[in-house]
Amino acid sequence: MKRPELIAIGCSLGGLNALKVVLSALDARLPQAVLVCCHTAGSVEVLCRLLESHSTLPVTEAAERRPVAGGCVHVAPGGYHLLLENDRHFALSVDESVCFSRPSIDVMFGSVADVYQSNAIGVVLTGASRDGAEGLARIRSRGGLAVVQTPASAEAAAMPQAALDIAGADHCLSLEEIAPLLNRLCLR
Amino acid sequence: MTAATPIDLELEQLELELFVQALRRRHGHDFSEYAPASLIRRVRQLASDHRCASISELTARLLHEADFEMKVVRGLSVPVSEMFRDPVVFRALRDRVLPMLASYPQINIWQAGCAHGQEVYSLAILLEEAGLYERSHIFATDFSPDALERAKDGIYPARDAQLWSRNYLHAGGTRTLANYYSARYDFIKLHERLRRNITFANHNLVVDKVFCEAHLVMCRNVLIYFSNPLQNRTLALFRDSLVRGGYLCLGIRETLDFAPAAADFSAVDAKLRLYRRISQASPGHADETT
Repeated sequence: MKRPELIAIGCSLGGLNALKVVLSALDARLPQAVLVCCHTAGSVEVLCRLLESHSTLPVTEAAERRPVAGGCVHVAPGGYHLLLENDRHFALSVDESVCFSRPSIDVMFGSVADVYQSNAIGVVLTGASRDGAEGLARIRSRGGLAVVQTPASAEAAAMPQAALDIAGADHCLSLEEIAPLLNRLCLR
Repeated sequence: MTAATPIDLELEQLELELFVQALRRRHGHDFSEYAPASLIRRVRQLASDHRCASISELTARLLHEADFEMKVVRGLSVPVSEMFRDPVVFRALRDRVLPMLASYPQINIWQAGCAHGQEVYSLAILLEEAGLYERSHIFATDFSPDALERAKDGIYPARDAQLWSRNYLHAGGTRTLANYYSARYDFIKLHERLRRNITFANHNLVVDKVFCEAHLVMCRNVLIYFSNPLQNRTLALFRDSLVRGGYLCLGIRETLDFAPAAADFSAVDAKLRLYRRISQASPGHADETT
């Protein structure tokens, strides 16, 4: 595999704690953009601030029409689906919820698969939903890499389990092992 | 267990272009300047909903099947909203915009892209409670005839009412939302009298021109589906539809950084995407954007 250009992370129930673990252990030198879709009822502004206090990379809310920036964590805003245009700018949509969620991980992963194809890594963490499974399958079908948290190590096992059932995974790891893998893949 | 067979993206792109061309040349709906990421998603969804194996199959049905156009337009229009969505925006309209509009003897409001009408009725309620509705007129437009029919009906699933009531209160509503609708079985129907000063009309932001002189233009989460040039042209259309000092209210996550016509607006509250048309013309921008 070539050096990946983008990491897309999806999580739901238990996601905040899981994201803290992953984002605090990413190498600060990563040149890749990191996209995060987290089902959260609360404000994404608060989520961004919380994550930034743990993350080695700067954390911002993804803004429509603005470019995807490397070395930066972009969080999908609440109430909108996050998509990417071919020229690697963000787009938002208020189309219907997918898997009862907006933002939906499937929608974000699907768009990532279209634009980044084999240069994307999709990561599915904890969650009590099946969102992300179809999207992860799309990333794999375009030659991208799938990383799934082991259901046993997840606060909520349903989402990583659905991802394994539907998409399968290239790497199925405990939460603590995920960031070191991403660092290895992305800094080669 | 197996991943889906990858679609040939280049081929799909070509099919999408032909679909868009067919829709424009045969039916007069121009989606060529829509932002591609959402458009392809909707077209794929449409193909799958109608059991078409490819976008080309969808195109064939669009060209040959009577009434298929309606279904396509329905599938491609922005369907989803809430009453008093983003309550802080409606609160700002109530507290900061309506008192200013109150100085006009007749208040014209254009809601562009009214979808199923949730926000139009929210506006009507705001005006009613501010004592301004009798001298207000709301033009609610959409390019989808189907959406306009739904909007006119004002009938919504009862399961939405709880969230909408909460929104209404957070927006500073002075009664309860239930004052404005009757509940029947699984539906709520907004009172007919809310509709008395609303005109529903077909208007397509892509091709149609200015049609009223407005004191407030509301267009939320519509421009997010437009490419940068189309967003800019639509913004110029709003500018030309507004009286000087008139208000523009966009969706709370919209970005105007790439629209030169934004220079003709000043922010009332940038975070809420609430703007006013500036009083002085700025010739440097007026020309390139019209």
